Amino acid sequence: MTTASPTYRRPRKFNQRAIAPWLFLAPGLFMFTIYVLWPIVQSITLSFYDWNGLYNKDGQFTGTFVGMGNYAELVSDPAFETSLWNNLKWLVLYMAALPLGLFIAIFLNQTVTGIRLYKSLFFFPFVISQVVVGLIFAWFYAPNFGLFYLLTQSITGQGTAILADPDLVTYGIIAAGLWPQIAYVMILYLTGLNNVAPDQIEAARLDGAKGLKMLWYVVLPQLRPATFIAVIVTVIGALRSFDLVSIMTNGGPFGSSRVLSYYMFEMALGEYGFRMGYGAAIAVVLFAIMMVFITGFIWKMWRDETER
Amino acid sequence: MFPRPIQQSAPAVRWLYSIALPVALLLWLFPLLGVALTSLRPASDLAQGNYFGMPSGIAWENYVYIFTETPIGQYMVNSLWVTIPTVIGAVSLSLMTGFALAVYGFRGNILVFFMFVAGNFVPFQILMVPVRDMTLQLGMYDTWYGLALFHIAFQTGFCTLFMRNFIKALPYELIEAARVEGVVEWRIFWFIVLPLMRPAIAALSVLVFTFIWNDFFWATVLTQGVDSQPITAGLSSLNGQWIAQWHLVSAGSILAALPPVLMFFLMQKHFIAGLTLGAVK
Repeated sequence: MTTASPTYRRPRKFNQRAIAPWLFLAPGLFMFTIYVLWPIVQSITLSFYDWNGLYNKDGQFTGTFVGMGNYAELVSDPAFETSLWNNLKWLVLYMAALPLGLFIAIFLNQTVTGIRLYKSLFFFPFVISQVVVGLIFAWFYAPNFGLFYLLTQSITGQGTAILADPDLVTYGIIAAGLWPQIAYVMILYLTGLNNVAPDQIEAARLDGAKGLKMLWYVVLPQLRPATFIAVIVTVIGALRSFDLVSIMTNGGPFGSSRVLSYYMFEMALGEYGFRMGYGAAIAVVLFAIMMVFITGFIWKMWRDETER
Repeated sequence: MFPRPIQQSAPAVRWLYSIALPVALLLWLFPLLGVALTSLRPASDLAQGNYFGMPSGIAWENYVYIFTETPIGQYMVNSLWVTIPTVIGAVSLSLMTGFALAVYGFRGNILVFFMFVAGNFVPFQILMVPVRDMTLQLGMYDTWYGLALFHIAFQTGFCTLFMRNFIKALPYELIEAARVEGVVEWRIFWFIVLPLMRPAIAALSVLVFTFIWNDFFWATVLTQGVDSQPITAGLSSLNGQWIAQWHLVSAGSILAALPPVLMFFLMQKHFIAGLTLGAVK
């Protein structure tokens, strides 16, 4: 990169303004390139290799090129299929955070004494680490004495140890993840409700609109920015579901609660040995799924930017 | 206002609402309250199956135990060593990138901006192998700075989005006027824009603090062992040792949750301003 030389004088002002943004960008852009952009390229490349993560004593890369080999293996890998299905369950069921978050936001959007404290306490689950959320729910679901177990026992006569049941375990973990996610969506909608135009509500009220009709035709359209952000953060949350799976079940029982993010980690760094290339291929699939949503988000942002 | 203010409803509805509020809150935080209570329950109660009845006493010794007999204190210190440099680093870098992207209309501006935004959403797993490999090669594996450097770089994406939009909303005339006066660009940044950025800096600091304190994935990938593992990874490994000793697991969980919760309560306004960025037009 060139820097402004002090020797040539006249066009200095203009020159300075052309160079300044790049100087301001340089440190951040450098870090971001090294740690985010370049690794994406490397991971994609690596997904065509078979590599155990080691270098020979001359410091040379020991991987072998296998072309589409890793991807071909993925197609027939039942664990990959399970993970993909579970990711889909996460994506679909996580969307429940939107109506539930909206519901709580509407419930709390009042001006009674102490409501601010209520709002912050409802937001609580989002502030604490997913590791802690996972442990809390593991306790809640624990066989024999967990509250959930006791509850199902009192209703059906037989307790359900949800984290030990291959058919139910993913739903149990998703429910744990929804807890903080609903809190996040709630706070987005509370902010949105705060900014709903009161004159439009009053006008609609004079026209006799109320309840669900009012919500659907008058309030929700005004909440669109909040809904958009809520969808984005919920999708990201659903696809990033590593922490809870790792803490609550380690992907078990029998690998039935694996998701792509966790399965990738297992393959590349877990007890199954260091299959970096195979792990990278899983990560590329996850990345491709996420890219669909990222593209949508950027597209919307671009439209908003150019409108202005 | 939507819904209709409760003050305009019948007394019965108002009464019902005032009951429903605490009940709903109690149900909502039930799992958390249960864990908080378990963390103060003597181990003997749990051994006798007294999980939810009257505790036979308040067992502060659970907390004393995890501090004296496990490295949880060290884990928390490690977390601070990662979190605080990350907050400083990511906020400083993004102040500059945000300034560059908000104030200058250079070619490629929008492209660089979208790159930061998009990078912020990528799944961690696509970065995992190369970042871990690079950290190993640089001899920074299992150190606080190896972890912090990655976090600084990654958080710069989100922070740039925030800072750029914040600076964009400042009156541009300020900068124009300074330029007419002949103030050089870095002085505009330092003396004109920076003093106006306090609310943004506060909001991002609390948010980044919480994100990094709560990070588990990178802690697992880039650190190992008591000397550098942050609390999240440490708690996970302790959980493996404390099989079914729920009074200890609970106490550890409460401790790990405490700093971000305190941060949130002290800086609530900033925290929510940061999170709800873009939720209103």
